[in-house]
Amino acid sequence: MFFTYLRRELRRRRKAALVVASGLALGIALVIVVDSVTAGMSRAQTKVLESLYGLGTDMTVTKAASPPGEGDAVRRPRFRFDAGAGTDSAQQSQDVVMVQGFETLTASTVAKVAAQDGVADAVGGLSARVMKVDGRFASGEVRPAQPGQAPGQGGAGGEVRGGGADFGVDSYTVYGTDVAHQGLGPLTSSKITSGRTFTAGETSAKVAVVDSAHAKEQGLTVGEKITVSGTAYTVIGVATADSGDASADVYLPLAEAQTLADAKGRVTTVYVRATASQRIDEVKGAVQKNVPGTTVTTSADLADTVSGSLSTASDLATGVGKWLSIVVLGAAFVVAGLLTSSAVSRRVREFGTLKALGWRSGRVTRQVAGEALAHGLIGGALGIGAGLAGAWAVTAFGPTLTAELGGGAGGGGGQRFAGGPGGGGGPVRETATRALDVALTAPVSLTTIGLAVALAVTGGLVAGGFGGWRAARLRPADALRRVG
Amino acid sequence: MYQLSGVTKRYRRGKETVRALDGVDLIIEDGGRLVIQGPTGGGKSTLLQMLGGLDRPTEGRVLLDGTDLATLPEARLTRVRAEKIGFVFQGFNLVPTLTAQENVETALVPLGLKTSERRERAAEALVSVGLGERRGHLPGELSGGQQQRVAIARALVKRPAVLLADEPTGNLDESMRDEIMDLLEGLWEENGLTFVMVTHDTALARRAPRLATIRKGQVTIREQVVG
Repeated sequence: MFFTYLRRELRRRRKAALVVASGLALGIALVIVVDSVTAGMSRAQTKVLESLYGLGTDMTVTKAASPPGEGDAVRRPRFRFDAGAGTDSAQQSQDVVMVQGFETLTASTVAKVAAQDGVADAVGGLSARVMKVDGRFASGEVRPAQPGQAPGQGGAGGEVRGGGADFGVDSYTVYGTDVAHQGLGPLTSSKITSGRTFTAGETSAKVAVVDSAHAKEQGLTVGEKITVSGTAYTVIGVATADSGDASADVYLPLAEAQTLADAKGRVTTVYVRATASQRIDEVKGAVQKNVPGTTVTTSADLADTVSGSLSTASDLATGVGKWLSIVVLGAAFVVAGLLTSSAVSRRVREFGTLKALGWRSGRVTRQVAGEALAHGLIGGALGIGAGLAGAWAVTAFGPTLTAELGGGAGGGGGQRFAGGPGGGGGPVRETATRALDVALTAPVSLTTIGLAVALAVTGGLVAGGFGGWRAARLRPADALRRVG
Repeated sequence: MYQLSGVTKRYRRGKETVRALDGVDLIIEDGGRLVIQGPTGGGKSTLLQMLGGLDRPTEGRVLLDGTDLATLPEARLTRVRAEKIGFVFQGFNLVPTLTAQENVETALVPLGLKTSERRERAAEALVSVGLGERRGHLPGELSGGQQQRVAIARALVKRPAVLLADEPTGNLDESMRDEIMDLLEGLWEENGLTFVMVTHDTALARRAPRLATIRKGQVTIREQVVG
């Protein structure tokens, strides 16, 4: 009888059911959209951070470069070229490889970090920048003075004519990767789209993997050779970054990069993976304590430095969106409750009669609550449908957000967290700001759907509570007298 | 058997206290038939509600087969209503979204019968009131007389000991009134019920062997010779 009565009520009072259900549906749809957009923001941030860090990295350990003191020589790239005679000067080329961004750490630091409790894996990498100058340098010619030439026009013995330089400057980044431990580090955020990656045995091999953008710019393909500081490397693979810019233009075995940068046994960054995500803060504390002088940056720290439209949208979703959902949902619950209560008032004779026939208050309350729960479930179904449509629309037509990393970190950003080799820094100091475009998505998870169903049931129960309470208090004599 | 002694019911209406029943003493034998008459607001319906366990007196006792309905806990009172008392109301009081068959079944729900038995008994009850062919109809699809027949079937399907009717023909025209009264009287005789009916209609009141007239909360009983 319960279900027959319920079914009949829902069918014959469709409009009332739809009004209650629509209110709940609105609230639930809003929750789904906000929740999925927030998840999309979070996914976008993770993507941004992964592009910097590489997959699976929980934190990086670096050492900030100290600003040069008074009287200290500033380290700058230095090039020496011989000027040829006249226009016959030969093409000359020279490149300088310099560690970029951070003070270097010793290899023992990597071992020390790896030995900390809670560390699953620790891998060192070296970030360097190659400055290449390529061109012709010619000396001038001294010509004797012409008759009638005024004093001061060419000096007493003649004048210098011709000479000069015609050269280009090229700069690209190199990252030395530990080929024996390729599970961590910047190369993990790229996919090999041509050729292959390093093998564990290629610790000192003259091989390189180049980023696809750099390869395209330089016209490089697998099998060709690139020369870095006089050493030729065979391109064995082309890597394409999963999102945004790649971490480096050229990846070399760590030992090779160390040799080129004159930093034997040194690394700029230690990439760390914790045994469990819950232990990240604990590991960070341990490393800071036991490896003094280093800076430990977790992905959470890095996330704090994300600015730009992604950050703004994320703040909106988690702030305004969350509260808007709560307010709308709360209002929907209250309205559903009041409408159910009012429906009980309109059916006072019906319930009074049922009580007169011997229906217990509990049975009448269950009937009212059952109807309200059904309204809630209908609202939930409509809300899930509307929410999924909203989330799909956000994904399909949503804007592209820009994430700026480090720009808002407040001065010396590069020194603070530029964990990736492409993260900035330079011969002396550059800002580490890095902008990435990320398409906004709104993925709807099963948890979100579960939340929506729970909200629908809760909404139904709240409404049923209002109505049931009213129905339970109804005395049959009062009910029949009021309408008799 | 009903035994009412010193039944008083007072209501608060604004600042005023209304004495709807004032020390009513009344005995109704099993299988007896009583008509209650009186002016509007005289306490007729209140007395019927006391008999039906729908309301409790402010003072006095309402014994039904020795059980005092005035002091019975709510759950047991509900059980007594479910098992022993059938109600017929002036406005039919059918659930508008349920069919005639389902409306009759609502009276059997508290008895916890199996669905098949419930359906069977409801169908039989509808046949007994001449509505076997209309059991799938909604109340809105039935005439007033037919709706009251459904209400009578609902009252009797549980096979109660008592049938209480509050102005059962009040919303019906004259021909329908007689039809319903003939039906109720026939069922009363057939089932050996205790039948108490409230009515304004003097013609109907004359058809009962006992007439209770209630004025200002006080009851006067008169035995009648039914022609």
